[in-house]
Amino acid sequence: MENFDFGTFAYQAIFYLFAILIVVSAAMVVFVRSIIYSAFSLLFTLFGISAMYVYLSADFVAVTQIVVYVGGILILLLFGVMLTNKITQERLLTDVFNLVPALLIMLAILGSLLYTVLFRAKWHTSAQRTTTVVEPIGYEVITNYVLPFEIVSILLFVALIGAAYIARSDSKVSASK
Amino acid sequence: MPEIGLNHFLVLSAILFSLGLFGIMTRRNAVVVLMGVELILNAANLNLVAFSKFNGTMSGVMFSMFGIILAASEAAVALAIVLNIYARFKTVDIGEIDTMRE
Repeated sequence: MENFDFGTFAYQAIFYLFAILIVVSAAMVVFVRSIIYSAFSLLFTLFGISAMYVYLSADFVAVTQIVVYVGGILILLLFGVMLTNKITQERLLTDVFNLVPALLIMLAILGSLLYTVLFRAKWHTSAQRTTTVVEPIGYEVITNYVLPFEIVSILLFVALIGAAYIARSDSKVSASK
Repeated sequence: MPEIGLNHFLVLSAILFSLGLFGIMTRRNAVVVLMGVELILNAANLNLVAFSKFNGTMSGVMFSMFGIILAASEAAVALAIVLNIYARFKTVDIGEIDTMRE
């Protein structure tokens, strides 16, 4: 690089900052023993992945990631934590097991994935890039993906009704127990 | 502006996947296991969107949208099951729920 370009430097530096944020917070999700800390680290992981979608010029996916994951799934997970633990206990800790074999399996899978991705796979990338994604998604949804779109809407409907039915407190079950 | 290469996203996704797998294998609390599943789904979505960008087509983005929808319904149903397990067993420790084990 003969002349220093601040825009390029900032572009790459912000990418690496978000990558480090994702890796550190994802590691905290699985290594920290407090459940609440895990849930809040997941918040940073999800925001960082949303920033990665911005870098991949998938703007609509980035916004959807924030709305669905941070606004929906993370709140559901926090409700799950709150409803399935006695809040009166001071620190919500979770036990761990299989620590050493899991670490070995994780490192083996990570190593083989990195080896495959970096050294073995020759990805054929195209010369053209997607630039924005909002308008193409609209076209795709009403042309190529009409049937999957309708099916997935029915699936979401069924899943939400099923979840509400399953989670309902059933007095007969607890009475017969 | 020089672009970030495809391998960066694939390496990040591989790290996320293995961390999620580690969480699933080691944690005893069912809700934290679900968090590991969410990490793995996010790694898959990141891969799909990355390939879609570097391929110039929309298939990966559409797949990732469907993946996000499926993750939402999965989380709702799984948490309903976890709440039901808690109502019945008074614990969500997956090591202690062994009624179906012979």
